Amino acid sequence: MAITVLFFASLAEAVGRRELSLAHVPGDTVASVRERLVAVHPQIAEFTETLLYAVDEEYAEEDAPVPAGATLALIPPVSGG
Amino acid sequence: MLIRVTPERLNPEEAIEAVRRDEAGAVDVFLGVVRNTNKGRAVDHLVYDAYPTMAEKTMRELAEEAVERFDLTDSAVLHRTGRLEIGETSLLVAVSAGHRAATFEAGHWLVNEIKRRVPVWKKEVWADGEEWIEGPESLGMERAPATMRGS
Repeated sequence: MAITVLFFASLAEAVGRRELSLAHVPGDTVASVRERLVAVHPQIAEFTETLLYAVDEEYAEEDAPVPAGATLALIPPVSGG
Repeated sequence: MLIRVTPERLNPEEAIEAVRRDEAGAVDVFLGVVRNTNKGRAVDHLVYDAYPTMAEKTMRELAEEAVERFDLTDSAVLHRTGRLEIGETSLLVAVSAGHRAATFEAGHWLVNEIKRRVPVWKKEVWADGEEWIEGPESLGMERAPATMRGS
């Protein structure tokens, strides 16, 4: 099963899309998926200092597992309100 | 508990009615409103992006925590998305409690936490350009190296 990756706001504009699907690799973590994403979309590297992550709609650390079928959201600094 | 992320206009009366209770002597309402200027620059309009399902989940968690922390009778949090003109309401928070002190504190706390955690983003559009805003109070900026938090 694949992983779904979501992009928002400035990052969605930089990447040129809001969603993509990526093959799952056993043992995947937020950091390992991000590494594969950066290889395809190097623009993401410019965002990583302030980027947060959510796995299945829950904020997650870089070493958190990303299971097959999960949704990983890349979350630039929020500015609601 | 009224929680909603929506492209539709926000109606304060709906949120007030949602939290009103016979035992609650106080209802506090906060409106976040689109301002015509930011950092000395004239703003034409804003565009809000959101991760709607996670935003609603996070708003609900915060609203529930506010009820616990401040002994509220109820709380409501609504955030608008899409294009908003000057003067329109982007964020609507309403809380009710037995007495006013709890509602003022809870409203203040909730708005601060929403700005820290809820995955919603605003883009400022000027006459001659546009920019996605990185919230200075956001969790992402809080964790960033100090050099990036300049302004």
